[in-house]
Amino acid sequence: MREINIHPILQFSHGKELKFTFDGKTMKAYEGETVAMALYRSGIDIFSESPKLHRPRGMFCAIGKCSSCMMRVNGIPNVRTCILPVREEMVVEKHEGFGKLPDYIEKFAEPFEINKEVAIIGSGPAGLSAAITFKEFGIKALIIEENPQLGGQLIKQTHKFFGSEKEKAGTRGFEIARDLIKNIENSSIDYITNSTAFAIDENKIGVFRNNQYMKIYTKYLLIATGAAEKMIPFPGNDIPGVFGAGAAQTLMNVFGIKPGRSVLMIGAGNVGLIVSYQLLQAGIEVKAVVEAMPTIGGYFVHAAKLRRFGVPILTSTTIKEVRGNLRVEKAITISIDKKFKEIPGTEIEWNVDTVCLSTGLIPSVNLLAQAGCKLKYVTSLGGFVPVRNKDFQTTNKNIFVAGDVTGIEEASTAILEGHIAALAILEKMGLKTKKLKIESIKNLNNLRGSPFSKKIIEGLKEVECE
Amino acid sequence: MSNYLKYGYLEVKDVVSFPSLKMITKHPVVVSECTQEIPCNPCVTSCQFQAISMEGINGIPVINFEKCSGCGKCVSICPGLALFLIGIKGKKGLVTLPFEMLPVPLKGEKVYLLDRKGKEIGQGDVLRVIFPDKSTKSAVITVSFDNIELIKSVRNIRSLK
Repeated sequence: MREINIHPILQFSHGKELKFTFDGKTMKAYEGETVAMALYRSGIDIFSESPKLHRPRGMFCAIGKCSSCMMRVNGIPNVRTCILPVREEMVVEKHEGFGKLPDYIEKFAEPFEINKEVAIIGSGPAGLSAAITFKEFGIKALIIEENPQLGGQLIKQTHKFFGSEKEKAGTRGFEIARDLIKNIENSSIDYITNSTAFAIDENKIGVFRNNQYMKIYTKYLLIATGAAEKMIPFPGNDIPGVFGAGAAQTLMNVFGIKPGRSVLMIGAGNVGLIVSYQLLQAGIEVKAVVEAMPTIGGYFVHAAKLRRFGVPILTSTTIKEVRGNLRVEKAITISIDKKFKEIPGTEIEWNVDTVCLSTGLIPSVNLLAQAGCKLKYVTSLGGFVPVRNKDFQTTNKNIFVAGDVTGIEEASTAILEGHIAALAILEKMGLKTKKLKIESIKNLNNLRGSPFSKKIIEGLKEVECE
Repeated sequence: MSNYLKYGYLEVKDVVSFPSLKMITKHPVVVSECTQEIPCNPCVTSCQFQAISMEGINGIPVINFEKCSGCGKCVSICPGLALFLIGIKGKKGLVTLPFEMLPVPLKGEKVYLLDRKGKEIGQGDVLRVIFPDKSTKSAVITVSFDNIELIKSVRNIRSLK
């Protein structure tokens, strides 16, 4: 019922049909699809409830970063269903409150250990680019990815990328991802998907995968865990149908599912503008894009693409409230003055079933914090980010970082950062990579030459150490 | 420049420069509506006539109308969908634009002409459709219409159906 049947850019092919149960009812899924996606495709909006007030909750991030879609799966509570692939006969249930462990748990598989010279956590553009760099120097890294597929958020970018020929400008993001992934799969690089790294203890990483605990011993670790979407406070922000804009992208561009019929987009940065355009491509109405700042924050050309299709962009406007019983039914926006104060009487009511938030991203630094790497709060980089040197080495000498976890930027910069961090690690291993590394650092600085990068460069000065 | 960052569209007067009418009577010529310094230059590298130049990768594209052959390669590669060809053929105005939606109109089809705000400003005929190739996946569509003035305003189309 929420199927995207035709799309100007993408072709969707479904795996074989599987059956599972949800709250006792038999549901259909396609092989390779995650539980939350299969449920949403079938019209399910409510995935959980708030623990104290029992308010219904929908899916929010769709990439395993938030807790909105946690359910009990085969008796185990608090499983993130958005990143869990459906298996035949799976038993899925919503649970109340914080969930309760069953009295009896089938025995977990015996833990096992792996030794690796280098491990990479996260397989977005930064992680994949690093793995390929290691391969080119004859080092086999192990990639640890918590999603069912490699590629991070690059796999859902259907727009043509900016940059120069060297960064594959003019090529669509998902095609860049496909090339990187092919390169990994065709070589002997090891990777494990559906595997959550949850703790780091000196040279040991704790990973949980398919009811099995793995201890991965490694000399060098590259953390490229990306970022998560920001939630902003307003009444009704937890009503099912309020999504992170990236979740809408995952639904429509990875799984071919319409996130809604009619959408209000909050935030006119690049994410908000790009996702709005992609919603139009998926055949979904976008009522408007609202932006609290007095001007559009994303690239003008992305805004112009939307305007040409008649989608209004309302600057100096913010979301006041979302209403709805079990699903978004209405959104109310209001104009704000120069001091961001609401101007009474300027409310607009929108009849929408979906509200997408694209109000910024936060670097996913949890593992770095747990590992004891020094972090610093830098507003222009998106929040807490690791303190590091030009080699992307953190204050924990064996841990390196790359991509959005170092500060929110572009896929093109993430690819270069992953490459540089890998070259730096290779240098530590005694390989001659210094010249190439210095050249790549120069390329990275060139990519940051636009006025849009000014704040990033200022922010980097605060976290880069010797 | 006007309030283009407040509203998200350019006014005709904001477009840095248009080629002369004489020039575009010979063959269509590219116009750029790329106004910001962003790290992007495939228009420059895709042009075999060196008709587009840029200062570094973050510059704004500058078009040498004399050198442009009107081939439209840059229109299909531009990631920002910000390049258009304008021309005059006989008594008709021509606009060539990138198109990434469905349905892709067919040659000979009548379509609504839309301006930069998506407002209908007339009707035209689809003169040519270059279907998306494997790499760019943007269709490039040429429409023709009676009111030659509209070459400065038509930036989108919509099927009559």
